[in-house]
Amino acid sequence: MRKVFASSFFAGVLAIALAACGSADPSVDDGGGARATSAGAFPVTLDTPEGPITIERRPTRIVSLSSTATEMLFEVGAGDQVAAVDDQSDYPEGAPTTDLSGYEPNVEAILSYGPDLVVAAGDAGGLVKGLRQLGVPVLVQPAAARLDDTYEQIRQLGDVTGHRTEADAVVDRMRAEVDEILASAPGGEGLTVYHELDDTYYSVTSDTFIGQVYSMLGVENIADEAKGAGSGYPQLSSEYIVDRDPSLIVLADGECCGQSPATVAARPGWKDLTAVADGSVIAIDDDIASRWGPRVVEFLRAVVGALEGSST
Amino acid sequence: MTRVVPGSSRRRRVTVIVAAVGIVTLASLAGLLVGPVSLDASGVMHELFGWLPLVSGDGLDDRQATILWQLRAPRVALACVVGACLAVSGAAYQGAFRNPLADPYLLGAAAGAGLGATIALVAGTGGSLIAGTPLLPIASFVGALVGVGIAYAVGGAMGGRSTTTGLVLAGVAVASFLTAVQTFVQQQNSETLREVYTWILGRLATAGWGDVVLILPYAVLSVVVLLLHGRVLDAMGLGDDEAGSLGLRPSRVRLAVIVAASLATAAAVAVAGLIGFVGIVVPHAVRLVVGASNRWIVPLSALCGAAFLVLADLAARTVVAPGELPIGVVTATIGAPFFALLLRRAGRIT
Repeated sequence: MRKVFASSFFAGVLAIALAACGSADPSVDDGGGARATSAGAFPVTLDTPEGPITIERRPTRIVSLSSTATEMLFEVGAGDQVAAVDDQSDYPEGAPTTDLSGYEPNVEAILSYGPDLVVAAGDAGGLVKGLRQLGVPVLVQPAAARLDDTYEQIRQLGDVTGHRTEADAVVDRMRAEVDEILASAPGGEGLTVYHELDDTYYSVTSDTFIGQVYSMLGVENIADEAKGAGSGYPQLSSEYIVDRDPSLIVLADGECCGQSPATVAARPGWKDLTAVADGSVIAIDDDIASRWGPRVVEFLRAVVGALEGSST
Repeated sequence: MTRVVPGSSRRRRVTVIVAAVGIVTLASLAGLLVGPVSLDASGVMHELFGWLPLVSGDGLDDRQATILWQLRAPRVALACVVGACLAVSGAAYQGAFRNPLADPYLLGAAAGAGLGATIALVAGTGGSLIAGTPLLPIASFVGALVGVGIAYAVGGAMGGRSTTTGLVLAGVAVASFLTAVQTFVQQQNSETLREVYTWILGRLATAGWGDVVLILPYAVLSVVVLLLHGRVLDAMGLGDDEAGSLGLRPSRVRLAVIVAASLATAAAVAVAGLIGFVGIVVPHAVRLVVGASNRWIVPLSALCGAAFLVLADLAARTVVAPGELPIGVVTATIGAPFFALLLRRAGRIT
């Protein structure tokens, strides 16, 4: 009996966990100080995979259920139009964090904020249908697969909030920063990376948003050999990681799992790894390394910094 | 299930035990030789048996030796201990409850451990340390024992004495309640979902020697106690009244068996998460081979459980290498068809 409960429970958790793998918060370095100067033209109509949505006038009570979207909204200067953000949205400072959940959305709770636009990273629990029946437009922005998807989502948020000009500027600035970092980055050829999502060795392949950052740098990702093993987020064997002896280890599990360069060095069989001996084990804020928003530039910069260390 | 295989003489059973020891040895050897990283077989054999006279040849280089001794060997050892614990507690529960569907998680051990693990993952920073001790295994260990403890208390209170039906029903209620609390805690802390999920599916992935050392005392103690109770369980199989007329005190025997089996389950769950299927299938498979005597089922379950989990983990490590499969998936996908086959064959013989 317990097994029946358990298996349906696991299925649900799996769905949510996978969503969580992809969920990310974009953030903006300069705090989204720009005011809404470009009024934009409303109504705005968007074609989305969930059907067309129309936003009649400039929204002033946005509810964001996606930590990435929250970061993007503030970055494009729509921060003062945001009425509530979900429990995972912890950036930027000043975002109106509530106990709303993007994983287990509660339509009634969302409605209590009187939203005129809801942004989410997924359509969990019939969210889109529930809200649209009540006339609330819902924009779903799923986990990006590539940087271009991020840019597209930022522009889309610019469109629906009346901040297209600022959104374009944000995208242009991000592009320029990425180009500059890539131009000055040391060649990644011959280097290998292991990106750690948690202390049971879940990792990311190059097919994921985070994984493509390593591809852009020309660094070989040791998780790519496990591409068949789970939708871009395979669980690796410890002995495989030790055998591949990656030149760079990136820990995105400091917050969730208390991992650090010191705990990595203390793992059985890991202390003689090249990355451990060279000090090329870096911890990156879990959120920055999992959201597909503006702060991906910071992630890129941190990785390049570590590469400079390990290639000299 | 109380069928006696004709001709299952004592000698035959001794032969089966010897064969089972052989299987465990071979499975462990396979577990050491095969993995996502290919190690030279003669090198591994040299590492293992180099201390024997007349064995010569080259060992492994440093990194390969590290992989063998620090990563692969502890995992095989842990699979042995966890597999033995789960199978032996399953056998003991089935005997004590005279119920073929009993498994190690019958009295709420899984739900309790799940709650303990979730609280540990939420409270600590995942595998964080309290006073130098890993929090997660201790929390799941305690959770499992608390779950069984509540079920036993409730079940005992229900019938005036601890009847098996009362205990089983109490176990169902306690498990549902604890699972609900666990789900609630988890929903309130959705950022820990993936960790909780990974734990629930069971894993031997992060095993080091530390885990083996952590559970070995509990495992040894419980298995020894259960081995000593095999004959008593056979007498209990006649029914509580008949066992009473043989001078046994059924409720006391049952308590001893439940405590020992729960300790073994808690130890297994603490380091490996929830691995299903081993505790129910292995004892039944053994029963099909040697008949219904618990004196033989209990030790054979320990051996076969160890071999089964070592092989299941071997598959978990290699099928999608260098990725890993959750071991719970493997135990059920290999175990279920194998068991069905065994049932069919047994049906044809009788």
